[in-house]
Amino acid sequence: MMDFDFTMLQQIGYIASAILFIYGLKMLSSESSAAKGNMVSSFGMLLAILVTLIDVINPVLMLSAILVGGSIGAIFALRVKMTSIPEMVALFNGFGGLSSYFLAWSEFNNQTEISLVMTLTYLTIFIGGITFSGSLIAFFKLSEVLKNTSNFVNSASRWMLIFGCSFALLCILQIVLNVSGLLILEMDLIRIIFVCFLIASLITGLAFVLPIGGGDMPVVISLLNSLSGIAAALAGIIITNTALIVAGCLVGASGLVLTLIMAKSMNRTLYNIFFVGYAASGSSDAEIEGEIKPITAEDAFLVIEAARSVLIVPGYGMAVAQAQHVVKELGDLLENNDCEVSYGIHPVAGRMPGHMNVLLAEANVSYDNLLEPKDINPKMDIVDVAIVIGANDVVNPSATEQPGSPIYGMPILEVYKAKTVMVLKRSMSSGFAGVQNPLFFKENSRMLFGDAKESISKLVAEFKE
Amino acid sequence: MEIYLLLFFILILAIFLGLELISKIPSTLHTPLMSGANAISGITLVGALTLQTDGTLQMVLAFCAIAFASINVFGGYLVTNRMLKMFKKK
Repeated sequence: MMDFDFTMLQQIGYIASAILFIYGLKMLSSESSAAKGNMVSSFGMLLAILVTLIDVINPVLMLSAILVGGSIGAIFALRVKMTSIPEMVALFNGFGGLSSYFLAWSEFNNQTEISLVMTLTYLTIFIGGITFSGSLIAFFKLSEVLKNTSNFVNSASRWMLIFGCSFALLCILQIVLNVSGLLILEMDLIRIIFVCFLIASLITGLAFVLPIGGGDMPVVISLLNSLSGIAAALAGIIITNTALIVAGCLVGASGLVLTLIMAKSMNRTLYNIFFVGYAASGSSDAEIEGEIKPITAEDAFLVIEAARSVLIVPGYGMAVAQAQHVVKELGDLLENNDCEVSYGIHPVAGRMPGHMNVLLAEANVSYDNLLEPKDINPKMDIVDVAIVIGANDVVNPSATEQPGSPIYGMPILEVYKAKTVMVLKRSMSSGFAGVQNPLFFKENSRMLFGDAKESISKLVAEFKE
Repeated sequence: MEIYLLLFFILILAIFLGLELISKIPSTLHTPLMSGANAISGITLVGALTLQTDGTLQMVLAFCAIAFASINVFGGYLVTNRMLKMFKKK
C-alpha cells in the first residue's frame, strides 16, 4: 500500500520552504513589508515540518515533544516584555545550539564504525555546545544575575578556552587518524573520548563568554546567533537534509553580518572584543577640564520649551528605566509646541542590535523619526537641545578628540555640537567602557540626575501645567 | 562521498545568498531579524523528526532535540510577529 515516494515529496517540500525562507528575509528589508515577511517565513517552516511529519518513526513521541516545546515557546513569546528581548534572544540562541547538539549526539550513537562524516558530527557538537553554554552565560549577564567577573576568573577562562579548543582539535584529529588507519582505537575507547568531548564543548562555551563584559553583549549575542545557524547547517550535512543546510546558513550569515556591523560601530576588531576586552586596552586618562553643571527639572523644562529642534538620544539607561513610553509622551508634547523632534539611534546603544528601535516602536514612535549617526551628525549644529537618556559611550567625544582613549575612532553621535546637551543620568559613574566622558564637563552640557523615567515624567508634568 | 560535496556546494551558495539578503536589512529591524533568525534556526526540528528512537537514550535525545527546536520555532515566530506589528509609520 505504501509505494508512495515520501522522500520525493519531502525534497519538493524543502525546496518550496527554502524559497519561502528566502522570500521572507527579503521582505524584511523594508519596515512596511516586514510583518508579512515573517508570516511567509513561518509558512516555510510549517511546510517543512508537515512534509517531514507525514513519515516519522515514532509519531507519539515526536508530536508530544513538539507540543511541550511549542507551548513553552508560545508562553515565552507572549509574556516577554520588550525590554527583555535581548535576554530572550540569548536564550533562544542557546536552545537552537542545544537542539543541534542533541541531534548530532543521537547521530553519533547510530554509527557502528568510524567514518570521515564523524568529524562533522564532532564539529556540530562543539559549535552547538559552545552556543548553548555561551548563550546561558550571556543570558545571565544580560539579566544582571551575573556581574562582571574578576581578573582571575577572566584569565582562568581564557586558558580554559585554549585548552577546550585544543582538546576538540585533538578529538577530531583522532577520528581522521582512525579513518586513515594510522591509529586504531577500539570503538569503546572512542565512545569514552566522545563523552569527554560532549562535556568539553560545554565548558569551552562557558570559558568563552564568561570574561566578556556586559557592554559587549550586542556583539556576543550576534555571534552566538550566527553559531546556532552554523550548527544547524552542519547537522544538516550529517543527516543529508537540505532544509537544515539552507535555513542554517541563512541564520549563520545573518548573525555574521550583525556581528561585523556591531564591531565596526565600536571601531574594534573581533579579536579585541572577544579576547582582550576594554580593561586591557591601555587607558590614558587625560585630565578633563570644566565642571559638571547640574540642572533641575524646572530649569530643564524652560530650556526644552524654548527649543525649536530637539534630538533624543536613548541608550541602555532608557531600557533599564523602561522610560520609552514617557519619552514618546515628551516627544509628542514637544511637537505640539512647534518643535521638531527626532531620535538619534547608535547601532550599539542598548544590549542588542536594534534594541532601541524596538522599544521606541513599542511606544509608537514612527520609524521615520529614528536617525542613524551618519544621517544626524551633519545636522547636529542646528539642533537646539540634544537630550541624552541613559546613553554614555555612544556620545563620548573622546572617540573623536582623544587619540589615547580606548574608544578613540568609534563613530559616535556628536551631540556635543548641539547648542545645549541635556544628559539624564543616574550618577556620575562611567559607561561600560570604563572611560570618563568629557561631554559631561563641556560648556554647553547640563546634567539632570535621577532615574530617567522619573526625570522625564517631571518634564512632562511641567508641560501639562 | 559525492553527496557530501554536493551538500557543501549548497552550503556555500546559501551562505553567500544569506550575506546578500541580510546586508539589505535596515538597522531599525535588526532585533526582529535576530528573533526571526532564532525561529529559522529551529529548522533542526525537521532534522530531529527523522532521528532513530530505539532505546531510552535515543528517545530522550530525540525528544530533547525536538522540544528545544520547537521552543525556537514557536517562540521565535510569535515574538517576531509581536515586534513587527509595532513598527508603524505615521
